[in-house]
Amino acid sequence: MNDVPARWLDLRRHTSARVALGRAGNGLPTAAHLDFQAAHARARDAVWSALDLDRLEADCAPLGLPIHRVASQAEDRRQYLLRPDLGRRLRETDAHRLARSPTPGAFLIVVADGLCAEGIQHGAPGLLAALIPALNAQRMAPGPIILAQQARVALGDEIGEAMQAAMVVVLIGERPGLSATDSIGAYLTWGPRLGRRDAERNCLSNIRPGGLSPAEAAAKLAWLMQAAMARGGSGVALKDAAPTLGLASDRAPPPALAQGDAP
Amino acid sequence: MPFAHAVGGTRYTFPDLRTLLARATPLRSGDQLAGLAAATAAERVAAQRALADLPLRHFLSEAVIPYEADEVTRLILDRHDPAAFAPIAHLTVGGLRDWLLAEADTATLAALRPGLTPEMVAAVSKLCRLQDLVAIAAKCQVTSRFRNTLGLAGTLSTRLQPNDPVDDPRGVAAAILDGLLLGAGDACIGINPATDNVDATCRLLDLLDGVIQRFEIPTQSCVLAHVTTSLLAIQRGAPVDLVFQSIGGTEATNTSFGVSLALLREAQDAALSLKRGENVMYFETGQGSALSAEAHHGVDQQTIEARAYAVAREFQPLLVNSVVGFIGPEYLYDGKQITRAGLEDHFCGKLLGLPMGVDVCYTNHAEADQDDMDGLMTLLGVAGVTYIMGVPGADDVMLAYQSTSFHDALYLRAALNKRPAPEFERWLERMGLDAASRAGTLPLAPALAGLR
Repeated sequence: MNDVPARWLDLRRHTSARVALGRAGNGLPTAAHLDFQAAHARARDAVWSALDLDRLEADCAPLGLPIHRVASQAEDRRQYLLRPDLGRRLRETDAHRLARSPTPGAFLIVVADGLCAEGIQHGAPGLLAALIPALNAQRMAPGPIILAQQARVALGDEIGEAMQAAMVVVLIGERPGLSATDSIGAYLTWGPRLGRRDAERNCLSNIRPGGLSPAEAAAKLAWLMQAAMARGGSGVALKDAAPTLGLASDRAPPPALAQGDAP
Repeated sequence: MPFAHAVGGTRYTFPDLRTLLARATPLRSGDQLAGLAAATAAERVAAQRALADLPLRHFLSEAVIPYEADEVTRLILDRHDPAAFAPIAHLTVGGLRDWLLAEADTATLAALRPGLTPEMVAAVSKLCRLQDLVAIAAKCQVTSRFRNTLGLAGTLSTRLQPNDPVDDPRGVAAAILDGLLLGAGDACIGINPATDNVDATCRLLDLLDGVIQRFEIPTQSCVLAHVTTSLLAIQRGAPVDLVFQSIGGTEATNTSFGVSLALLREAQDAALSLKRGENVMYFETGQGSALSAEAHHGVDQQTIEARAYAVAREFQPLLVNSVVGFIGPEYLYDGKQITRAGLEDHFCGKLLGLPMGVDVCYTNHAEADQDDMDGLMTLLGVAGVTYIMGVPGADDVMLAYQSTSFHDALYLRAALNKRPAPEFERWLERMGLDAASRAGTLPLAPALAGLR
């Protein structure tokens, strides 16, 4: 520590965090302040963005699987945010409709808006295009694709139960941060039925450009689904088998997110 | 025993204490989600009036969650000290509010702590406006010690929170140096690990311990892994200063976190056995965690939050903070609700004797922004909050939420004439960090933090 002092700015080389922002007195310099405001504005708009179902269905059509559309009992975005319980339940008409076309023992894929439709809108078709061949290669032919609006992760439980599926994978928009508004989470639940807890799921998160690629995510998901089928269960047991893959949990002090409100 | 009060010609009744407390609680989304909130503004005021008339002694005879059913209730009632309670034993809840505002001083409040239960404190907070929550908390002084002294009059500390999305040691080190340069880190340097396992935890502990030793920083480290992970790290001989755990105000909430009072005691004993410092625990809490875990027993989220502080004080923590805006808009919908809850949590924690900090924060799906955080942090500063968080640019790139920045703490100290913990302040001066950050230089050799 005897030479010329290092430059503060050099810290930026080591992290994507907002380090070395400089000071204007004790405040942020104007440019750094407005950078933050812009990132927050993007994230806020992303939370309130809606899924364009016609476009998503058209983008998924080449996959050749039947597609159903459903919605949760949350009537709009505000209610969705305030009432996670409603986002976990199907509208009655949708529940009845799905029950009339059961797919016993199927591996269902639910594509859900969650807390941010943006990543799902742009990223889900590519992820599915990677995932479906990976599953076919393991002789785990996936069942229909369900497009779900105003959906929480646990909506997949009721969908899977109505259709008598063996397993459900919910691809869902993750809560946007300041650096990413296009992140997808994938939650796998064996034996989906109402009342499953998050400890009974496995999740992959941060599937997005710059994060986990569709090919990597598809490979990990296919592995997880194979392992869940072999064990006849998902959740803690699988986490132990593949310690690099997570449970459905979040913040290390996890008051909220581990307990059922991961998106 | 039912309670009743009339407002505007309508008589409202409340069948039991927990219902009375819930209906008297200022509006928040989590109590509405739980179906516990008052149906109308008039019902809320009726409940507040009935609550104001309730003798404090009643809280010793009616538990909001049965004694037999919940170890937190047992802890609260078994630890209650009648002698400490005596000076206020004749008061009602409304009378306590007046007494706290008019009569109480720092010394009487310190002596009162073992006589107060969380439910009494929660009850009086429900009758308080924001200015009351600020004014009364400002009379409390709670100090705790590890390598420095926190909570002294006129001080405001920060936890330096250098989280990294993949626990990259370079990212962590860069954020630490950035924070130190801006005067952060006297409460602790505390990382939320991206991966909760013992190997990752030990690596981060070694990194933090190395930085603290090489730069001779009078502060302490913490890796906020699960308590069982920290116990394993201690068994491996890792340099554990503080043991962290998220806790809640019911036994079932704590079960959902994978902890019990016995496990917390085991962790405290293990950390004390290392003889590194005297207050060795760090707890986080937050309104809504019990409802989220379906463990609320029909009790409103703010009363349960106060009960979590009874759990915390059992273990003489160095640090306790509510993560108030983190739990989500289904519990605290907007800036107004987050602001009130943050001040309630600080008020209740301080009255019960905790070195109380607040993670002044919000998520992107809450109706809140930086202006709301500026308001809450300034109010908390006036209320004498022990510490706030310090996150690079207020943007936590691992947890994807916004907390307070290093700059925010500089603003708050300057605006309110507050200083860091004295040992840490002397270190900052010796290292010349304030002048360096104004000049854009870094007098802390990056190589000593593992950066080249």
